[in-house]
Amino acid sequence: MNESTNNASNFVSQVDSAFVFIFGISIFFLLGITAFLVYYIIRYRKSKNPVAEHIEGNNTLEIVWTVIPTILVLAMFYYGWSGWRYQKEVPDDAIPIKTIARMWSFTFQYENGMITDTLFVPKDKAVKLDLVALDVLHSLYIPAFRVKQDMVPGKEALIWFESGREGEYDVYCAEYCGLLHSYMKSIVKVIPALQYEEMFKIDSSAIAVNNIEVDKRTAGAAVTRKYGCNACHTADGTKLVGPSYKNIMGRTRTVIRDKEEIEVVADEDYIRRSIYEPNYEIVKGYEKGLMLSYKDQVTEEEFQLLLDYFKYLSE
Amino acid sequence: MSDRTNLSFREEKGNRKGIFAWILSTDHKRIGILYLYSIVAFFLTGVVLGILMKLELLAPGKTVMDPATYNAIFTLHGVIMIFLVVVPGLPAVFGNFLLPIMIGAKDVAFPKINLLSWWIYVFGAIIALSSLFMAGGPPDTGWTFYAPYAFKTNTNMLPAVLGAFILGFSSILTGINFIVTIHRMRAPGMTWFKMPLFPWTLYGTGWIQILATPIVGITLLMIVGERVLNIGFFDPALGGDPILYQHLFWIYSHPAVYIMILPAMGAISEIIPTFANKSIFGYKAIVLSTLAIAFVGYFVWGHHMFTSGMSGTALYTFSLLTFIVAIPSAIKVFNWVSTLHKASIQLEAPFFWAASFLFVFMIGGLSGIALGALTTNIHLHDTAFVVAHFHFIVFGGVGFAFMGAIHYWFPKIWGRMYNARLATTGWMIFFIGFCTLYLPMFFLGFSGMPRRYYDYVEEFHGPNVVSTIGSWVLALGLIIILYNLIRSATKGEVATKNPWGGRTLEWTVDSPPSLENFDEIPVVTRSPYDYRKNIDE
Repeated sequence: MNESTNNASNFVSQVDSAFVFIFGISIFFLLGITAFLVYYIIRYRKSKNPVAEHIEGNNTLEIVWTVIPTILVLAMFYYGWSGWRYQKEVPDDAIPIKTIARMWSFTFQYENGMITDTLFVPKDKAVKLDLVALDVLHSLYIPAFRVKQDMVPGKEALIWFESGREGEYDVYCAEYCGLLHSYMKSIVKVIPALQYEEMFKIDSSAIAVNNIEVDKRTAGAAVTRKYGCNACHTADGTKLVGPSYKNIMGRTRTVIRDKEEIEVVADEDYIRRSIYEPNYEIVKGYEKGLMLSYKDQVTEEEFQLLLDYFKYLSE
Repeated sequence: MSDRTNLSFREEKGNRKGIFAWILSTDHKRIGILYLYSIVAFFLTGVVLGILMKLELLAPGKTVMDPATYNAIFTLHGVIMIFLVVVPGLPAVFGNFLLPIMIGAKDVAFPKINLLSWWIYVFGAIIALSSLFMAGGPPDTGWTFYAPYAFKTNTNMLPAVLGAFILGFSSILTGINFIVTIHRMRAPGMTWFKMPLFPWTLYGTGWIQILATPIVGITLLMIVGERVLNIGFFDPALGGDPILYQHLFWIYSHPAVYIMILPAMGAISEIIPTFANKSIFGYKAIVLSTLAIAFVGYFVWGHHMFTSGMSGTALYTFSLLTFIVAIPSAIKVFNWVSTLHKASIQLEAPFFWAASFLFVFMIGGLSGIALGALTTNIHLHDTAFVVAHFHFIVFGGVGFAFMGAIHYWFPKIWGRMYNARLATTGWMIFFIGFCTLYLPMFFLGFSGMPRRYYDYVEEFHGPNVVSTIGSWVLALGLIIILYNLIRSATKGEVATKNPWGGRTLEWTVDSPPSLENFDEIPVVTRSPYDYRKNIDE
């Protein structure tokens, strides 16, 4: 339909033609029946036609308007079904990318272990996303590609697509997942296949996410992006669902631990606990249970980068 | 006082005084009015919440409220509108008031259970809304209470769930009452195929209420067990399955759509022949399609879950059944429109509501086809397209039928007429507002805007502005309608027994009816929509 999404994925033309087919039949019936309705109202209004004719029904008509819609809906069913079957046939050579959803971010892990918060896919190559939800239901939705799949904790799911058009497209979470549901989004960047391969050669660490040299002290910022931390925390002191990183190091904080209010100093151990055991203690004024542990995800090296970054933000 | 012979049910003095003469009355007409007032109160609450949501969506970013408030508001809007307004809706109000009269009975089969069901309804509503006043605030889960988020949220989702559980009993009792009434209390001579169509749809609805509601009751109890006792039914963290929850929820909540829409279709089937002065086209086809919808409607719930990761077999089976259930609805539309062929149409407010019902119901139904087809569903599921679709069915279908019904039976219930011109003006503004409000959401959904979105990207701005403006127009129409009806209930011109020339039995009794409806039980000899003879002949 829309020029900018035309050929964005291999499903667009099929989904859109099914939609146009159904939409066309629907509009035909809507306008046709409405035309009859309006015509009858005008033609047979009381002032024009004071006496109604007695008609109880007509069996032939009943059969006609049962059979014709039945044929049409079966055709539409078939059209919808065949398009869907194609969407379920994952090619064997599809490039796997693990997609992790949590409240309220998506992260993408590639075959070599590199993780990004933006989905990079090569043009004209089949890609399959292995979908993992960590906390609640999410749904990965790329409108331009006409793909959507719910992500259910504890269940495996996957979708595939092949994009034929370079560009950036929005990725949304389509299944309501709590407070910041409408902010849970990402971008898919379709890049030439060669450039896609180059991406993995440079460096697989977080610093390379955006392929730019960064100040060592703010390298942690890339780590926060990589794991989607910024959905709930800010670097400028703004309060979101979780506390800001700004001015955190060395400050005394009031936290709730085992339902008791206590004061702790934010040191390295505190930051470590906050990332690996986030529900052990909760800063007063925030809610428990929203953050999951990043154990086995954030590496020691990345943790040190985060620490440097927080120190930098606290100067 | 025109052609009145007896005291009306309103004037009749029982052995209780003041408000107790109403809230303890077992008269089906008083109970119908109790339901009407409760449902209208909740409906207006739901409307205000809906207008607030549209106001927030007027512009990207924060407009008037924060995301936590928005999420609570759309949850409450859904809970109130579904469980407290549209599910009881037409059966509880017009079913109670009119079913016994339309089949020539003095009351329903179990008048005391009837009163009990209203009390259960009120009790359930209070429990459901009590979360508003508790620490932690109202639930923010959406009216579907999907696991596992519903188990993680710190808001009070339990009262809403318990409230819905209690409301279920009210629904079941009403269903049983109506079914027994229809089986046992039809007037002499009223065979099944001489029964008017509104009672027929109440009959279909009654069976769905009895058979489907217990499932949601059990499901909601499982939620309570899970949240309170940590039994792992649905939460994967406890070893449960979130998809199981979705199945159980929709096994009830999809048939619930038919609980809502069947009586709406029934009301339309009464209004159209009366204002066309002509027998309804294909009476038996409408009856059979009612039963077909009630039956097949049980087996289509999976179409709410096409992207959930169900097996392929389940997907195409549910998709096929969804297409099948569209056919009886289409048959009804064809029959309603054909009734107008060679008719003699009185252009009055109830007819305008019925005609516009046909239009919005068609849009709702036809947009459902795009959602029932698998490949397009994948794209449209969980977007604003779905929101537009079900508002066209539930608000457009049920809401317009309710408005039509209240304008149609107003003279019977209150014994007075409303201002016809004001009623038509109100309808027109409401109709324009409705279309302006919901049509842009189809476009938004196709462009990819997910539902339950507090904030959106600039691309979606334009249609959202149009939609919000529509909500204001709709509100204006609603105010005019309410003003007209409330004023006319006491100040309107006194109505005759049969102001519209209807042929069903309720138009043979006084307006408002006497306590026992009929002086003597009528003997029915002709079909309900025979417009060749006058009703008294």
